[in-house]
Formats: sequence, C-alpha cells, structure tokens
Amino acid sequence: MKYSANSVWENKDEYDIAVVGAGHAGCEAALAAARLGFKTVIFTVSVDSIALMPCNPNIGGSSKGHLVREVDALGGEMGKVIDKTFIQSKMLNKSKGPAVHSLRAQADKANYSRTMRQVLQNQKNLDIRQMEVTDILAEEGRVTGVQTYSGAIYRCRAVVLCTGTYLKARCIYGDISTYTGPNGLQAANHLTDSLKSLGIKMYRFKTGTPARIDKNSVDFSKMEEQKGDERVVPFSFTTDPEAVQIEQVSCWLTYTNQNTHDIIRANLDRSPLYSGMIEGTGPRYCPSIEDKVVKFSDKNRHQVFIEPEGLETNEMYVGGMSSSLPEDVQYAMYRSVPGLENVKIVRNAYAIEYDCIDARQLKSTLEFKNVEGLFSGGQFNGSSGYEEAAAQGLVAGINAARKLQEKQGIVIDRSQGYVGVLIDDLVTKESHEPYRMMTSRAEYRLLLRQDNADLRLTKLGYEVGLVDEERYQKLLDKENMIEEEIRRVEHTNIGTSEEVQSLLESYGSTPLTSGTTLAELIRRPELSYEALAPIDRQRKELPFDVEEQVNINIKYDGYIRRQQRQVEQFKKLESRIIPDDLDYNDVKSLRIEAKQKLTEMRPSSIGQASRISGVSPADISVLLVYLESR
Amino acid sequence: MRKDTIAAISTGMSNSGIGIVRISGAEAFQVIDRIYTGKDRLLEAKSHTIHYGFIKDGGETVDEVLVMLMRGPRTFTGEDTVEINCHGGTYVVKRVLETVIKNGARPAEPGEFTKRAFLNGKMDLSQAEAVIDVITSKNEYALQSSISQLKGSVKKKIEDIRNKIVYHTAFIETALDDPEHIEIDGYGETLKSVIDDILVEIGKLIESSDSGRIMKEGIQTVIAGKPNAGKSSLLNVLAGRERAIVTDIEGTTRDALEEQIQLNGLTLNMVDTAGIRETDDIIEKMGVDKARDYVKNADLIIYVADASRPLDKNDEDIIRLTAGKKCIILLNKSDLETVITKEILQNKIKNILNETENEGINSIYIPMIDISAKEEQGLQEFEDILNTMFLKGEVSFNDEVYITNIRQKAALRDACESLNKVIESIDNQMPEDFFSIDLMDAYESLGSITGETIGEDLVNEIFSKFCMGK
Repeated sequence: MKYSANSVWENKDEYDIAVVGAGHAGCEAALAAARLGFKTVIFTVSVDSIALMPCNPNIGGSSKGHLVREVDALGGEMGKVIDKTFIQSKMLNKSKGPAVHSLRAQADKANYSRTMRQVLQNQKNLDIRQMEVTDILAEEGRVTGVQTYSGAIYRCRAVVLCTGTYLKARCIYGDISTYTGPNGLQAANHLTDSLKSLGIKMYRFKTGTPARIDKNSVDFSKMEEQKGDERVVPFSFTTDPEAVQIEQVSCWLTYTNQNTHDIIRANLDRSPLYSGMIEGTGPRYCPSIEDKVVKFSDKNRHQVFIEPEGLETNEMYVGGMSSSLPEDVQYAMYRSVPGLENVKIVRNAYAIEYDCIDARQLKSTLEFKNVEGLFSGGQFNGSSGYEEAAAQGLVAGINAARKLQEKQGIVIDRSQGYVGVLIDDLVTKESHEPYRMMTSRAEYRLLLRQDNADLRLTKLGYEVGLVDEERYQKLLDKENMIEEEIRRVEHTNIGTSEEVQSLLESYGSTPLTSGTTLAELIRRPELSYEALAPIDRQRKELPFDVEEQVNINIKYDGYIRRQQRQVEQFKKLESRIIPDDLDYNDVKSLRIEAKQKLTEMRPSSIGQASRISGVSPADISVLLVYLESR
Repeated sequence: MRKDTIAAISTGMSNSGIGIVRISGAEAFQVIDRIYTGKDRLLEAKSHTIHYGFIKDGGETVDEVLVMLMRGPRTFTGEDTVEINCHGGTYVVKRVLETVIKNGARPAEPGEFTKRAFLNGKMDLSQAEAVIDVITSKNEYALQSSISQLKGSVKKKIEDIRNKIVYHTAFIETALDDPEHIEIDGYGETLKSVIDDILVEIGKLIESSDSGRIMKEGIQTVIAGKPNAGKSSLLNVLAGRERAIVTDIEGTTRDALEEQIQLNGLTLNMVDTAGIRETDDIIEKMGVDKARDYVKNADLIIYVADASRPLDKNDEDIIRLTAGKKCIILLNKSDLETVITKEILQNKIKNILNETENEGINSIYIPMIDISAKEEQGLQEFEDILNTMFLKGEVSFNDEVYITNIRQKAALRDACESLNKVIESIDNQMPEDFFSIDLMDAYESLGSITGETIGEDLVNEIFSKFCMGK
C-alpha cells in the first residue's frame, strides 16, 4: 500500500498516554502510567540515552536521598535501579539528627542507564519510540495527541512532558557554542513553539557541568581517599539489605588553590557568562568554579571531588569545578589542582541553556491549568537534579493515569513528603533559577525523614495501585510492631538495680535516684533503644527498621509532637479549598496586587494562596470571610 | 483556625470605671478556669452566669473581678465566651489580658471577634460586605499603625536580631545540605553565646514595653508609707496643684485610691495604698496585702516617711519592698519637729537592702527630699527629681526603643521561648539540625512584629552568604 506524500500519517497503535522524554522524569512517568494499565508510549531523541546521567555520577545526597526514598515508597523505580548499579554509598550527616540523614550513592552511569532501559523494555503496556515530538495536539483546551518530526500523529488522551534540558538546548564554553542537548545529543528545537501556541509561558534556564577526565592521568597520591560506608543502606525499601554489601570504589578529594583562582580571574573576560553570551539564569546552589571564585573571593581554596563515572570507563567527574571557560583555560585551571597536574580531559566542561516553563502554570497535580490532559515533570518544570525529576515524573505519570481513570489527582502536601514540598514550591513560588531540593525547604522535616518514607507514603502508593498487596501487608505489620513496641517501652519500668546503674555508668549517664521508664532513659542524649537492651528483659527480637523507628519516635518525642502541632495548624488552611470558578474581582476588599497574583496563580487552597508572594495575611482573612459567605 | 482561643480588651483603652477582657473560642472556659479563683469552679459552671472572684497570675492576685460565662452558640461570636469585668485603669485591664494570654489564649486580630461572629453564622449574610470592609480596614490600619508605631530604631533592632538568627540558621542549613563541604561539629557553643546575647537584647525590648506603656499610659505610681505618714495629703496636694485629674476611681473594696496626675508632661497613675503595717484585722490585712501587690507591680514608689516619728518595723518592711524598684523617698512633716534625718534613713536603707539583696544595692542612689505636704514645701524638688528620673534619666523617651502593644510583647515572649528551646537543645547535646526548628520559630515571631514573613529569606541567605559545593 502506498501513502500520499502530502497526507499526514497517523500511527494506528492505540495509546492512552504519551510521555515526551526518557530521562529520569520520563522513565518514572511512563512506568507509572503503564503499570496502572494504560497503553503508553515514551518518546526519546535517542534510545541510547534513556535514563542518562549527563551531569554528576550520583543519586541521592542531602534531601535528594529523601526524594528517592519517597519515590520508592510510592512505587517508583529509581531506588531499585540505583541499588543494583551503585559503586559506592554513604549515609550523609550521620552525626546529625535523623531528619537530615541522607543517602547518596555513586552510580555506574552506563549500568544505571542500561538497567533502567531494561525495566522500560520489559514493562507491559509500554512502548519505546525514538523520535522528536514537535507538536502537542489539543482541541478545545484538551490534549488529543502528539505529532513527531516525521509528521506522524499519535493520538492519546494524556501527555506528560519530560523534556529535561533538551528544548532549544545550547551548550557553551568560551566562545564555542553548539545547538545540542547534553553530551552532544540532538536538541529538541520545535516543541517550544507548539507550547507557546498553546499559551504556555516559557523561561530560559542555564546550568553547567564540569569536565570528565582520564583516570590514568590522575595522581591519586596527592588526594584524600573518600571511601563508602562500611555497612551500606539500600535506597529501596524492597531491596534486601544484604544484597547491597558490595565491594565499593573510592572517590578522591583535592582542593583548588590561589593559582587556580588567579587563572580563573585572569580569564573571566573570556567566560560566556561575563561576556553576555549566556542569557539563561543559572542556579545559585550549583555555582560554576568561576562564580565561586568571584562571589566568595575570601575563600582561598575550594573542595574538588574526583568521582568515578563507572566501573567500565576511565572517565572521572571533577565535582566542584563546573565551568564554561574556554578549553585552554580549562586545561590550565584543572592542571593547577594537586593531583591533576598532568590531567587529560576527555570531555570539556560546559554550560547548557534550555527552555523550560514557569511551573506556576501547573496545578498541584502537575497538570497544566489551561490544557486539560497535559502534564509535565522534571527539569522542564524548572527544577534541577535527577531525583527532583524522578519525583515529579512519578507524580505526573500517576496523575495522567488517574485523569483517565476519572479519579482525582494525588497531591502530596508539605507535611507528607519532600515530593510535596518540591511540587508545591514549583507550582506556587516564582523561581528565577533551576530549583534544587534542600532540607531547609521542608518546614516539617523532623516528620519527613528518609527512614520513615514508607510509613508516610506506601499506603498512598497502594491506593494508587503501584504498590502490591504483599508489600502493603508488610508495611501494616511494620506499623503494628512499631506501635506495640513503643507502647511497651513507654510502660516498662526500670528500677534502680545495680545492673541498671552500672549500665548507665558505662554510658556516662547519671545514675537513677528512683525508678523510671525505659522510654525516659531512651530520651537521654547518651542512651538509645539499642544501648538499653541488656536491662530490657522482655524485649523481643525485632527487625532493625522497627527498632530504628521505636528509637527515633521515643527519643525525639517532644520535638516530633511540636512539629505535629505545627502541621495541624498548616492543615487547617490547606483543607480550605478555593473553588475553581472563584472570580477574585468579586472579592471587593482584596488589594489589587493580591487580586492579580491570585487570578494569575489560581491557588487550589487557602494554604497555597498564603504562600504566594504578594498575598498578605490580611488578604487571606478577606478571602476566608468571602469564601464563608458564598 | 477558628478553633484557637482569642482574647482582647473589649472596652476602649481609656480610664473608664470598668474594663472588660473578652475571651472567645473552644478553650475560653479552660483559660478562665486556670486563672480564676472564687467560690465556683468555672469549668463546670452553668452558662450565662456571673461569678465573683479573683484573677491570679501564678500566686499573685491581679485583680478582683466579675466573670460572665456564656457557652456557645448563644454568644456574640457563637463560640464559648468569657467576659472578665475588672477594675478600670488601663494598667489593671492590661495585666488581666496578659494573664489570659499567658494561659492559653492568643491576642485577637483587629476585628476578629466580628469575623468569628460572622463565620459562625451569627450575622446576617447581607452584612457580609460591610464586615469584610471593617476587617480589611482594621487590618490595614492595624498593620500601618503597628509599623509606624515602631520607630525606625525598633524596627532596626528587631531586624538586626533577625539577621543574626537567619545568618546562623543559614550556616547550619548549608552544612546540612552540603555536609562534605561545611563542617559544623561543635557549633552549638558558638550559637549559644550568640543566643545569650540575643536574649539579652530581646529582654531589653520586653522591658521597654513597660517604658512604652509608661509613655502611653502613665507611670504606675504607688504611694507607700506607714499609716498616718501623710500619703493622702500628699496626693491631694499634687492633684490640686496641677488640677489635671483625669479620673478619680475609688476601688470598691481594695482600699486603694487611683488618681491620674499630669506633671510636666508625665502622667502619674497614683495609687494611694492602705498603710503598710502588721495587722491581725482581716479586712485591713486584705488592704495591706493589696498594697504590697501594688508596690510589686509599680513603676515608681513614692515612700512617704514620717520625719516626726522614729523609724519602726513598718518602715523596714516598706524599705524591703522598694528593693529593685525606682523609688523616691519623701521625708514628710518637715514642718514639724523632726526625729529622723536623711542620714539616719540612708543608713537604715543601706543596712536593710544589703541584708536582703546582698550586693550591688548600696550603689543605688535613692533620692530623698524633705517635704511638707501641709505647707506644700519641697514639691518643686520632687517634680525635678521625677523629671530627671523619667525624662532624662533611666527611662528616656527619645531614643529608647518602644514596644507598646501586647501583641508585640507576646511575639517577643514567643521568640524568647523559642530561643530558650534552642539553648535547651544545645545543652541536651541535640544534633545541630534540631536548632534550626526553634531558630526559625523565633525568626518568625520577630517577623510578625515588623510585619515580615519568612518567605524565601533562609534560602536566599544560604545562597548569598555561604558557598555551596557541587
């Protein structure tokens, strides 16, 4: 059969959901949609770049580790894949409180990509398609499909945009610039116009990455070795802890020096950032080395981490020295660092500019307010980081599926998870730089610990349909065990026997003058649930994760309760829903600025409204009274 | 939001004969129950009843009151409501409100009673817009006035404190978010000394709320002295001299007379107490106890000593009460033959205060004036000293920082409480991340004084002051 050259070809495979982009957001979105039973197609400009890690070779880190755990608790994939492909792992902030403990693993990048690709390939209901999507098709404000560069049309009922840093991407160092995505991959140059024609407002952001260097050219004897933890904790709640006790690879620490800084300063005028060649807004938390030298001129050295990119590659990542300086300056600057005197660069450092959206155009479900059925996640939404991307991709994928199930989208609030904080910040607050997760952004972080992500979110994952019955039952058992053990410990009396006193003494703890409870003793800073085992006769053998929860919940009881009270306050405002059809012009006493902001943003609840900059507490009172009177 | 319990003075802040403090909300009855002593237990009392008793702040009696109990929904706001009728005089009413707030209510926002009444359906819907207007105008007015009330210097002081708090929080947070670049082990001790300093500064601001009050509402002045020392005649002379009496309230049973007197731009709320002396007479004892209370809460004590009679145990008691207070001693009856001189009195004071306070006291100078209330002698000197004391002296009205409103004071107290929790966490060797919870609470409390909310402050501070890795 022959087709006419001019007619548009329509792909007759029937899809419910199309995911555009196969990075960390796209993978989670596509897997969630397919697992929830919808015929899903995932588009990528290159099948070889599925789940690519184009920047740092690690997953997790402070607060990002929390996100991975939450993704896992909800039934996402990232945690499982990194558990299979990591080559070093550390629990950060171990000497601090449990709220800020955070897992970070070095990944074997190639293995990570390959493993995730296999998961996608083996997923029922999911097809992978290498093709650039150029147009989002919509009728009467509702998505009807996508069109690819070849002209083919794929009809579907929901689309999830996860284009990462590929939209009109441009890579720059010195005065060299190429119109490519990361790693020289093909950019997606057409979709932006289609989005604009749908009335979507675009931003242009910038980020950057350091050089990759040849391991054989590095003198590690001049660096400090950074080993992984002796006992590795897995990311996924489903991974057998014994399975992750592998032989690990080290990272290496070295420092810049005055010489490095002099080289950078002398060549600042050749930086595209300073020459005005880069227009995009860069992230403050991930500054290039030239930014650090300029902004923190009083620091005479900066840390540089040399990290392996995998087991089968000689390339190493120069953490802490991302740059967009010209190639010759890069050589000079890297070679001024101890251990890198003879370094060979494999890939240059570069800055990348790309189109993304003002995420305030999204609802909390990550659906566009003005295009029904169109969802988005990841760097396209103005975030940065693999973990932030995965978290949004998962929520966008789930909600695209729920849209087709005619169910209400899930919204994780700020008191339930970092995922909630991340999405709420993105869709509520104006941002001029790529958004990075940080523990300080979470108001209730003592409740949002990485150790209890399953207790917080796995029920939701089960309700959604991404967590199976067996895992759910395990969770319920765990909950019961924790509850029972806490109750027992609160009611276990401890007398002043010699055994008790000498145990206390051995921990440098004040002896008892009268009887107390086991719980009271656990609350002492120098003691813990574990430490008191010898004097706790009725103690049953419990799994480690149960003991951990018992210890944390008892030990930080006072603080936890205070945060719970704050959460109650927060929930009251959060539960006051603002109807979609509210016309703020009808609310007479609102100040003009508040009217404009609220009209533009259309917050879903009073709580969200209160977080919009430019909306005052007085405006909120007015709104409350108005809503009551409706 | 509607569940918490609010309180405010519902009569104007004038020296009317009676002041009403109104409490509304789910815990209104619990709050009053905590601070009221009388025949009945109010928690169980019937609705729409009136009870006679006392408001106590800890062990201290604040006022003798009538309490009206009304359970919702048959109340103005529709919620459980309590109205405390106390003795007029802004000082007493404010003290009652403060006690209420300390015990579980929070200060009401302007118009909040009306708002609640509306929200609880106690008002016609047609009134809705009018209510909104009232609330907004009040809110805006309140915001403006509370900010304009804050002179540049107060605002600056609070901002300085906030800057310090956010700086140290940001440092901790940066270290937590970027543990491999920034080390904070042992930071607790540094932070502790910073917080100690901040607590002193906030303490000063809280104290200044009393100065602010002095400016706005007058100097709470107690005339003390043993019976027949000439207290009342002194009051009469002062009152008559300026003919600026604003009110003249006779307390019903409290045996203290309150008068407001203007002297050179200073307002003195004068309370003439029952003479302080040991007594077995129950009624009189109540009066005496009351006098002691007044002395304790006073800004200024005018101790009228009788120069014609030797010092006795009653004088000693009074001297003890003046410890740590601003005091002026008037040696009255200088027109008669005097048996006590300034020197005798001075020595006596030195001895007594040394024995009670041990050290540091003898350096305090208590001004002493020979006076004759009868002959109106020495009064000019008294006025001069008063001026030095309150206008040019320790309480200067020009560059001191004033916190005049109870909401602001409550916010300062909250900030202190949060900061003390940080210290507690440091002392308990809690990890550093626990510090920032309470640090940011303190930051927020202080921000509510200057009208600022947290927003992105912390994140901005992190990025601008500290170098993150990657």
